Amino acid sequence: MAASTTTGNFKVIGTRPIRHDGVDKVTGRAKYGADYAFPGMLHGKVLRSPHAHANIKSIKIDKALKLPGVKAIVTSKDLPQAENKLEQAGEMTINPMYLSMNILAHDKVLYDGHAIAAVAATSPHIAEEALRLIEVEYEVLPPVMTVDAATRPGAPILLKDLRNKEEGDKPTNVAQHYQFKRGDVAAGFKAADYIVEREFNTAMVHQGYIEPHNAVGIYNSDGQATIYCSTQGAFDVRSLSAQVLGMPVGRIKVVPAEIGGGFGGKTTIYLEPLSVLLSKKTGAPVKLVMSRSEVLRASGPTSGSKIKVKMGAARDGKLVAAEIWMAYEAGAFPGSPVGAGAMCIIAPYTFENFQIDAYDVVVNRPKTAAYRAPGATNAAFASETVIDELAEKCGIDPLDFRIKNGVKEGAAQVVGPAFKRIGFIQTCEAIKHSEHYKSKLTGKFRGRGVASGFWFNAGMQSSATVNIHTDGTASVVTGSPDIGGSRASMAMITAEVLGLPVTDVRPITADTDSIGHTDVTGGSRVTFATGMAVYEAAKDAERQLIERAAKVWEKKPDEVEFRDGKLYAKGDGVPPMSIKQLAPRFPRTGGPITGRASVNARGVGPGFATTVVDVEVDPDTGKVQVLRCTVAQDAGKAIHPSYVEGQMQGGTAQGIGWALNEEYFYDDKGTLRNSGFLDYRIPTCLDLPMIETVVVEEANPGHPLGVRGVGEVSIVPPVAAVANAIYRAVGVRMTETPMSPPKLLKAMLKRRGATQHSAAAD
Amino acid sequence: MPTVVIPALLRKFTGGIERAEVPGKSIRELVRHLGERFPGIDQQLLEDGDIRPSIAVSIDGEIATGGVLDAVGETSEVHFIPALGGGEV
Repeated sequence: MAASTTTGNFKVIGTRPIRHDGVDKVTGRAKYGADYAFPGMLHGKVLRSPHAHANIKSIKIDKALKLPGVKAIVTSKDLPQAENKLEQAGEMTINPMYLSMNILAHDKVLYDGHAIAAVAATSPHIAEEALRLIEVEYEVLPPVMTVDAATRPGAPILLKDLRNKEEGDKPTNVAQHYQFKRGDVAAGFKAADYIVEREFNTAMVHQGYIEPHNAVGIYNSDGQATIYCSTQGAFDVRSLSAQVLGMPVGRIKVVPAEIGGGFGGKTTIYLEPLSVLLSKKTGAPVKLVMSRSEVLRASGPTSGSKIKVKMGAARDGKLVAAEIWMAYEAGAFPGSPVGAGAMCIIAPYTFENFQIDAYDVVVNRPKTAAYRAPGATNAAFASETVIDELAEKCGIDPLDFRIKNGVKEGAAQVVGPAFKRIGFIQTCEAIKHSEHYKSKLTGKFRGRGVASGFWFNAGMQSSATVNIHTDGTASVVTGSPDIGGSRASMAMITAEVLGLPVTDVRPITADTDSIGHTDVTGGSRVTFATGMAVYEAAKDAERQLIERAAKVWEKKPDEVEFRDGKLYAKGDGVPPMSIKQLAPRFPRTGGPITGRASVNARGVGPGFATTVVDVEVDPDTGKVQVLRCTVAQDAGKAIHPSYVEGQMQGGTAQGIGWALNEEYFYDDKGTLRNSGFLDYRIPTCLDLPMIETVVVEEANPGHPLGVRGVGEVSIVPPVAAVANAIYRAVGVRMTETPMSPPKLLKAMLKRRGATQHSAAAD
Repeated sequence: MPTVVIPALLRKFTGGIERAEVPGKSIRELVRHLGERFPGIDQQLLEDGDIRPSIAVSIDGEIATGGVLDAVGETSEVHFIPALGGGEV
């Protein structure tokens, strides 16, 4: 189902062709990172800390090196000193010093699973055996696992160099403070008829991609290195690895393998520099692949958080003030998505008075990485629950309440600038008029909840080339790893511009030596920004086709037109010429045709989504079953609607897992106790209904085809929508994730106790 | 003259002023004039002569990409906001 305001008269865009990489994927021919093998290849394993927080007093590798089959061992001593300085790297800013300390612990381990040393051996088993022979002497320190523990006076300090300007020149665990404010908050609350104030806590969760991190590094004696790996950003792997290894960027080539999920988690590096270091020491290719346990313990989940929200509304439902305090766990090094969370938390609504204070706090957990709309889901859980409560107090339907207060074109964003054309209200209207919302939900312990969400989407740099082959077919080459069907979208954009059947366009993801710089596949940017580069490259090819046809016809280029894949000579009876007819004449008219474009894309169109969920709660166990779920999202223009719907469904499924089951569970020593998919429970198809989708198409004026990013915002509303549905099912407001059976049952029993106590008192 | 909207945490340099009209045809000129009027604020925005990696610049509602090189119109509204990534690793 779709509601569209886009007006393009498209032939290919908006259709649903079979993806070009489909055959390779379903026949097992697609090559993932762990599939790469080279003659003489060695296997690497990583020694990881069993302690959450400890000083490393010594590392002895002699015994391990003597084990037959062991070829090399690296520790942080093999890494050059990296700079303590912020640098831009795609969607992230990085501090090379902290990045290096995360790759291999320097003088301190900062979380359970922190890498300490890496071994290369002739087999994975020998490498594993060698890990047991490495002797590490620790001075164990008290772990600091939560925002509260990290900010308590006298809390153990994780990073001796970490200073916060606001706290003076003294060590701290608070890396950063963000603040956004507008208007007069106190006066705003004075005008409120209803005020709701609540505190929320969310657990650290992982992206749960199925394919573990992997890397094969080959260091040649001429100083050139090649890395094969599963990544969302080959160029980022190249630049980050160069920083950590102290190598020039131009001496590293990164070949992106097929990718078995990333969701933001594969936008940084872990194994890649280790594979190069070990290869340099041994002279052989070295492959490292994480186990599931290593992925959960030592890659980058997203932050757990503590959020306090106070909001006020007038009796007529107008929101008048908000005061928000939020702190996110960054993990062992600075850089949680709390800034983004702060900019998202009230983004769908117009507030004349607000103050938001947000804190980035280091704790003894793995360094967080991006996860689908980083920071926004935690934030929306808090704000959308309070919005729901205010709507109830005002006696207004929760969707009408959102529509009444929702942002439209011209409204000021939290950070100040005004929104351009956006589709938030349309997503609310789409849910309001959906068959789902209009249907009646009956039965005991059942409830329906709604929530909305915002995500910025990103632009950044992309490059593309479009090659017209000698038979008139084409290939489109980009540097964006395909994690959500982008090959199909890039081929469709090329086909649309050149008037070709989409099957005549072959999409290719190139390595870092074969295409111009392209930033990470993340921030919902590929169809928007790489799509913009592809559109421009195809247009460049079109201009060249016109010039060639003009040559053939002995006319000027402005006397030739290109329409629907054919070239027409204006004003005479010459029959039109197809690209297929012109292609054999390329050699005589100037040679091959290659369209090129590179962009640093502006005109990003932000995304909004609204979700409705029906749940049933088991009153005896607290288990929640999702009965039905519908999500409406503004896509701008859906290039391939099936893949837009797939993104909406995927984000929603992850949001429901976040809501109901998923959490990092640490014991009191800071050891992760659920580092496998049996105990860290992501939803399966048995846990979810078919997620229904409504694609709203409010064209983005900043893109030639109206495209907005679509990969992230659908994960933002589900946690709050589930919480709001649970409230309507059993009357308890959940303020903590996951809303798992033990937590919900406890809350229900508490409420029952209070109700009975109150009845007895009456 | 272009208007610069001062981020909340930098208003301590402006005595609480939220919006300031500052002359300049580029972000570089704007920041220079801003620093002359509110000493110290330019150092918060710049590093090695360009906008800090942790800061994004919005010109007339659109995230700009050229750092100090971006042009600014006579009636432009400029916001300095946290970069989306925000992270440090």
